[in-house]
Amino acid sequence: MRYAYYPGCSLHSTGSEFDLSLRAVSPRLGLELEEVEGWICCGSTPAHSVSGLLALALPVANLSLVERMRREEVVVPCASCFRRLKAGHHETTESPEVMERVNAVVEPPYQGTVEIRHPLEILSAPEMLRRISTLATKDLSHLRVACYYGCLLTRPPEVMRFDRHEYPMSMDTVLRAAGITTLEWNSKTMCCGAAFSLTETEIVYKLTADILEEARAAGANASAVACPLCHANLDTRQSEIEERLERTFGLPAFYFTQLLGLAMGIPAGRLGIGKHLVDAGGLLPPEPEPLMEAASVVVCRECDLPTRGGGNRE
Amino acid sequence: MNRAVTTERITPNSGFAKAILGESGVDVNLCYQCGKCAAGCPVAYVMDYPPAQLIHAARLGLEDLVLSSKTIWLCAACETCTTRCPQDVDIAKVMDAAKILGVARGYRPALGEVRAFHKAALANVRRFGRMWEAGMIVSLKLRTRRFTKDLDLGKRMLRKGKLRLFPTLRGARRAARVFSRVEKAEEEREST
Repeated sequence: MRYAYYPGCSLHSTGSEFDLSLRAVSPRLGLELEEVEGWICCGSTPAHSVSGLLALALPVANLSLVERMRREEVVVPCASCFRRLKAGHHETTESPEVMERVNAVVEPPYQGTVEIRHPLEILSAPEMLRRISTLATKDLSHLRVACYYGCLLTRPPEVMRFDRHEYPMSMDTVLRAAGITTLEWNSKTMCCGAAFSLTETEIVYKLTADILEEARAAGANASAVACPLCHANLDTRQSEIEERLERTFGLPAFYFTQLLGLAMGIPAGRLGIGKHLVDAGGLLPPEPEPLMEAASVVVCRECDLPTRGGGNRE
Repeated sequence: MNRAVTTERITPNSGFAKAILGESGVDVNLCYQCGKCAAGCPVAYVMDYPPAQLIHAARLGLEDLVLSSKTIWLCAACETCTTRCPQDVDIAKVMDAAKILGVARGYRPALGEVRAFHKAALANVRRFGRMWEAGMIVSLKLRTRRFTKDLDLGKRMLRKGKLRLFPTLRGARRAARVFSRVEKAEEEREST
């Protein structure tokens, strides 16, 4: 299946490993991602804090590029971009006046035809889950993962129309299909402080510490995220939080795509795991791979997918 | 909860509530003060007025109180309140509308740094089309004069290849066009 792909600014910089790992797992799952040519920033929190029109015009300008590519669906991995693109689509298609105001500043005009999809939405479809469990051959049973969804993937529900908004399960379902244990815990959709990372950092310290504390209390040895800002706060700020609280969390934060990649046997280097500030070394499967194991993966003649074990299984 | 005491004359369905409605499309008069927004707000602990109180103040037309509050600048836009409101008041959107009205009406933002961040980020996107984080951080520091904050973290992120040293310009012209058209449209709207 071929999709337009909107990476957004963070996936080209602070969250480049999200982009890297998504691109690494996609072809194996039969997803083809075609980057939107000439995309621009969605405006994120600064735009909606400063101008209602700008906050819609920036995402809609990108949606109109997707229409120009003649694609009906665009994949948006960053939670904040996902929220803003959904807002742009929702508010313009709900009201002809808003559409008119926005299209007066956007070129070419948006027709309102694009469906905005999060990778988790695509990967949690039943046939995709079957595919994931066939491809996930690496044993990651030592992982106990707290899936952290953050705010914007699911909120507000009437705009996002994605998963359950208070207690989402899509990331858990996807990782469980890959043989990874995920935990029931209380802070799946709590706020990490998000865009205050650079300005009101004290807020981020408190909110992120609460989340790390909850994850540890649930017995997690890692967290999984789907948002570059969540990752920045959970990973990048973790050592500072530890210093302030005089407490060790040592909780590596992975993008869920990195965990999927590891489960599929993609080397950690190709998934950008070395870019994290919290060391995940102790949790990674041993490398280099023994040759025997590679030889034991055979491709099924019927469905063109690798299957577990050797022999003539179909 | 004891600070929203006023000697001002209170008018139900105030002009200020109408201004909020005009900016955001949200009618604060729908609020019946259940307090769910304040209960779920992750940043209420640092706010001067919890969200439910701020909405009530907006309803009563206490413009000064609302527009000079810290609350509107401390909203993290997590949208827990918006999601849980039984009356469908989009509280997070009211916070944005209040920031926008406050700036337009000449109120000094209670949290200057947050406003500086918004300005630095948007100036960056306007120029480069896509956010160039390293440049944005430098410009934020010039605006806030806090040069040493996060210096060490910045170095670690550079080493990990998480900050680009140079901007890209792909999409820059497109973004600049959107920005200047929005600016023009807003000027026209204000003058009518």
